[in-house]
Amino acid sequence: MAPSTHKVSSLYGKVTGAWGRTAVISVPMIFLLIVFLLPFLVVFKISLSEMDAVFFKDVWTWKEDVIALTVRYGNYVSLTQDSLYINSYLSSLKIAGITTVICLGIAYPFAYFMARSPADRRPTLLMLVMLPFWTSFLLRVYAWKMLLADSGVFNNVAIAIGLIGEPVKMMNTPFSLVLGMVYTYVPFMILPLYANLVKMDLRLLEAALDLGATPWQAFWRITVPLSKSGIIAGSMLVFIPCVGEFVIPDLLGGPETLMIGHVLWDEFFSNNDWPMAATVAVVMVGLIIVPLSLFNKYQAESTEGGRA
Amino acid sequence: MKISVGEMTSRFWMLAVFFFLYLPIFTLIIFSFNESPMVSNWGGFSLRWYEALAKDTEIIDGFKLSLRVAFSTGCSSVILGTFAALTLHRFKRFPGRTLFAGMVNSPLVMPEVIIGLSLLLMLVQVQRMFGFPDRGFGTIWLGHTLLGMAYATVIILSRLQEMSPSLEEAAQDLGSRPLQVFFLITLPLISQAIASAWLLTFTLSLDDVVISAFLNGPGSTTMPITIFSRARLGLSPSVNTVATLTVAVVSVGVFAASILMSRAEKRRALEMAAAYRGG
Repeated sequence: MAPSTHKVSSLYGKVTGAWGRTAVISVPMIFLLIVFLLPFLVVFKISLSEMDAVFFKDVWTWKEDVIALTVRYGNYVSLTQDSLYINSYLSSLKIAGITTVICLGIAYPFAYFMARSPADRRPTLLMLVMLPFWTSFLLRVYAWKMLLADSGVFNNVAIAIGLIGEPVKMMNTPFSLVLGMVYTYVPFMILPLYANLVKMDLRLLEAALDLGATPWQAFWRITVPLSKSGIIAGSMLVFIPCVGEFVIPDLLGGPETLMIGHVLWDEFFSNNDWPMAATVAVVMVGLIIVPLSLFNKYQAESTEGGRA
Repeated sequence: MKISVGEMTSRFWMLAVFFFLYLPIFTLIIFSFNESPMVSNWGGFSLRWYEALAKDTEIIDGFKLSLRVAFSTGCSSVILGTFAALTLHRFKRFPGRTLFAGMVNSPLVMPEVIIGLSLLLMLVQVQRMFGFPDRGFGTIWLGHTLLGMAYATVIILSRLQEMSPSLEEAAQDLGSRPLQVFFLITLPLISQAIASAWLLTFTLSLDDVVISAFLNGPGSTTMPITIFSRARLGLSPSVNTVATLTVAVVSVGVFAASILMSRAEKRRALEMAAAYRGG
């Protein structure tokens, strides 16, 4: 802080400063505690209860001055015993993993070329990447349904030009699901990678080339390691939401690709089993807690990296 | 002019990715003018689905509600986002900072089913205790604000980080009180980021299905919920017309906004240059 501020700030200024600081911090803090953290505690609590005829039973009961805590871990037990849950957890992790790898494979070269293109062209390219993001995600996923259906655009065109005789089944397969996931999430991979690559100090590459590295070596040993934080950020931005994705598996997935987000939805909306839905959610949070803290660590670092 | 192999690869890759990104959008637009009720068979040009849309009260009512929610979400998100961004930017040390940063950033990646379910279960408990709130506009707004706030914070925070602290220090040195500094210096400097954050959160809210599906109540069906339930049943021409209209509005809006912003940016650069010359 500049020394002159001490001179300026009167007692009044100090008081408003401290008061202002508390106000600035507490408004979003209280909102997040109530709307983000508290609901998780409620979910955890409900996952330990069970359904009676119409509603879940409360974990805490208070009768005649006795507060009783009844923890029912039956939901967690049935989670481990029913292969439906285990399989859908595993297949969610697998599909999210595959999606992340494909996104990285598409996005890294793209972001790299974008960052190395002439500076005056970059804003336009960036806008073209962002533009689909501004049009409804739901509608873009729906569009793939049109393209991939048995009587969809791809099959019709391929039959019309004589490429195939019979429609090829593409919808409701792992293929259509992963395609939809990659399509939706690839911009989330491009943007952090681009932000990282465009800031890179190109003199380091020049130095490597001067010292006799081939361009390929320079790429793998200088560019890729330097873009590590962009790779991590992008991968987490893709992987974590993919694990719990619901809309894409519902519209494009099929019977072989059960994902946990979908299981949660069915438990809640079709079976009306709230405690079970809550249990599924708690275990899902457990699955993503490591990538989530990795993501938070990266975000915190990029926050500290400011000029202030 | 000879183009190198590297340049060729670069152009090809970029074109292929853009083709991939835009193909579904153009397909939606083209087939919205399709005469045939078989959505993916071309049967000639027609505006019949637009006429049908004009009479589709379910979609129109949903759209009105979605607009209201999105507008409110944009406003509440940028206000909370500004507070959160200021907190993360200014106050490097306070109890609970790590928790705070985690809570701000997590909704960016947290699967929406978890956000929706947990908020709903909490609201149900609150309702059992106090008799309110009923599910509807307010609860959807609350859920969208949680998500929108996270995005708004990221956008506003990155603008704060680019900003030179000397401007605020100068104002302080000249005797401005903290609130004056904020309204006279900081707020004008971050106004552009606030505008983009508002637009983005507005769009996010207008688009959201999952959180709304958990938090909506009887009589409060947003447009995406209606579209989603139709898309689940199969292909529906009405969805295409909605998509085309959205794309039209969004492209006009984005182009207008980008022109306005680049103008504002140029003017600011000129003013800055003039100020430096003057000093």
